[in-house]
Amino acid sequence: MIMDRIDDIINKYINEEGVLIQLLLDIQREFNWIPKEAITRINERLQIPVSQIYRVASFYKALSLKPRGRHLIRVCLGTACYVRDSPRILDSVERKLDIKAGDTTSDGKFTLETVNCLGCCALGPVVEIDGQYYGRLSSANIAKMLSSYN
Amino acid sequence: MEQLKSPSDLERFRKDILAKRDPKRPAVAVCVSTGCEALGVKGVLIAFGEEIKRQGLEGKIGVKETGCLGFCEKGPRVVIYPEEIYYFRVKSTDVPEIVSKTLISKEIVERLLYIDPVTAKTAKRLSEVPFYKYQNRLLLDNNAKIDPKKIEDYIALGGYSALAKAIFQMTPEQVVEEVKRANLRGRGGGGFPTYRKWESTRDALGEPKYVIVNCDEGDPGAFMNRALMEGNPHCILEGLVIGAYAIGSHEGFVYVRQEYPLAVENMGIAIRQAEKYGLLGKDILGSGFDLKVKIHRGAGAFVSGESSALMTAIEGRVGEPRPKYVHTSEKGVWDKPSALNNVETWANIPLIINNGAEWFGSIGTEGSKGTKIFSLVGKVNNTGLVEVPFGMSLRDIIYKIGGGIRGGKKFKAVQTGGPSGGVIPEQYLDSPVDFDVLTKLGSIMGSGGMVVMDEDTCMVDVARYFVNFLCDESCGKCLPCREGLKQARKILNDIVAGKGKEGDIEKLGEIADVTSVASLCALGQTAANPMLTTIRHFRNEYEAHIKEKRCPALVCKELISYYINPEKCNACMLCFRNCPASAITGEKMKIHVIDQSKCTKCGTCYDVCPPNFRAVQRISGEPVPLPLPEEGRLIKKSGKRQE
Repeated sequence: MIMDRIDDIINKYINEEGVLIQLLLDIQREFNWIPKEAITRINERLQIPVSQIYRVASFYKALSLKPRGRHLIRVCLGTACYVRDSPRILDSVERKLDIKAGDTTSDGKFTLETVNCLGCCALGPVVEIDGQYYGRLSSANIAKMLSSYN
Repeated sequence: MEQLKSPSDLERFRKDILAKRDPKRPAVAVCVSTGCEALGVKGVLIAFGEEIKRQGLEGKIGVKETGCLGFCEKGPRVVIYPEEIYYFRVKSTDVPEIVSKTLISKEIVERLLYIDPVTAKTAKRLSEVPFYKYQNRLLLDNNAKIDPKKIEDYIALGGYSALAKAIFQMTPEQVVEEVKRANLRGRGGGGFPTYRKWESTRDALGEPKYVIVNCDEGDPGAFMNRALMEGNPHCILEGLVIGAYAIGSHEGFVYVRQEYPLAVENMGIAIRQAEKYGLLGKDILGSGFDLKVKIHRGAGAFVSGESSALMTAIEGRVGEPRPKYVHTSEKGVWDKPSALNNVETWANIPLIINNGAEWFGSIGTEGSKGTKIFSLVGKVNNTGLVEVPFGMSLRDIIYKIGGGIRGGKKFKAVQTGGPSGGVIPEQYLDSPVDFDVLTKLGSIMGSGGMVVMDEDTCMVDVARYFVNFLCDESCGKCLPCREGLKQARKILNDIVAGKGKEGDIEKLGEIADVTSVASLCALGQTAANPMLTTIRHFRNEYEAHIKEKRCPALVCKELISYYINPEKCNACMLCFRNCPASAITGEKMKIHVIDQSKCTKCGTCYDVCPPNFRAVQRISGEPVPLPLPEEGRLIKKSGKRQE
């Protein structure tokens, strides 16, 4: 089952050069992380060394070698958000979920990450959850923002 | 529609599009870019659809989804055509009124217009809004007129006419010459003359040659490229095709960071539509010239924005920079000649070809021509994207366009150029902004990030922020950058934690010297700028941290304490209820007190304390006053205290 989904993605990139990053981004989007099965399968089918796949997967921020939670929270720590107190937004989210940035809650509901810039600088501080952006946040409305996810 | 086979086909197609459009038909254009989306524009859009249906006006009123007009601060933004009335901060509940009043009866809904905070006057035209009045929006203006998902909208405004002119009326050499005479310099940060990159790629041996759009935009605090690619992808593509023609390239890449999903989507649609009409792909406009363009998504690495690193990323490998003595214009992607330019640079090309180098050269300063888009953010009143001619002063940008500092606070510095740039203090605010002046001030133009900082920003913390950022983003290839930044981070962490020592500032200076001369790429070479400029202009803040263990801006957690001023506390219980650490004691009618041993310095009490009381205060460099004894905490009158 999982192999079929991996193969479907690999099939899009057969006979193309330099596809590894694009391929891994698609795998990431499909599974929310890069499962080990995907790495061995890419190695088998495209003859890319496992070491090279790991290297790319561990170098880039968007690729995760750990399973992520159902919802991905990304707190922006770009300069514009930073000067508007985004570290305190991160603090409150960490406190609310009782995890640190980079971790996943024990019930597998949320993964918390920080991001260097989401490009919504005019609305800082900004948090993105599953592609939905929340701007002009203050630590007071974090709880409300999180409560709409289950 | 069939493929366009000649410039006259394109012209005919344009006329067809215009003939089908009634310029007098009422229409509403809604900004659906990421900024307005964060502010809930989807609901507004749905409301327009429903209201138009409810009033039976389908087909009579057009609804257009457009890109960003820059004034994100005041979003969601809608424009009513044909009168060009701009409404700001529109909510879905405002929609029925807009439809019946403005679209049908041509009446203006005053409260949705821009209201000048100083004069309290409303602005009916965009040119009356100070944020726009002083701008020269050569690139951004079309964002409000175009649905980025419809190539017809771009063509209707004269789009792709520069492409037709370049390919059919000019030789490749003439195109390069025009760009040279226009003195266009790269908008990505370096300010390198564009024509030189083109010329050397063109002259380099090896086939195929590649043309590349850099939309990695990794600088935190900058979103110019995002707005252009989301709002007007065709102007970038048109520039790319013209460049490819001039260089003799038949393969192109658009590199977009995956943090910008809408930009990826809109560029993908633009490429497919341009191919469909024969404006991209094989035999462009029947000229025999081919260009195939592919999108490459970046996977999140700041260093990948560096040109040689970006090219290795396109090859599917880890994006690390290469030594610069091998020019990418000679050996770039797969060691083939490659010309890489920033989004904004490419977007300028059609303007130059259409209007000529003389026209372009008439805008800007001696060494920097044309306009530049800045992302004006941080502690200014009007935040957003600002497009101005080179040469405008920082003061005009921050005060005239940006409306000054938020909350009447005092300006401290403006940070330009992202992590490779530096801070510029008050005394240089009258400097004209161009590539060379900013470099002289110890900062750089960079891609256009402009983060304004006020008295509440700690400059040591800012330096630490950038060093920390660069430390995480350093690819680790060169030792001075990898290890030097780590040591600098440690020193700065100590300073903000009150553990700074005499001699730390000098040590930072030494590290800065070594990393800037001994690193391979610009990340390491410029990494010292944030440290050096903050030390140069704000040495006193460093010294206060080190010698007095005091943070003058009251930012650094370890050096400040939260304290409830008993004179001002109204015992409203807000901080008591919200404190996540249960560090506050208090009850109704009794002045609240923070237990300093329990306080985690999260600042929640400071945030929730009502502004008219302002009882919670931050103090630094002095001991926290002892709390009142229990019996002295009773407040006599409820609610209002005697002054």
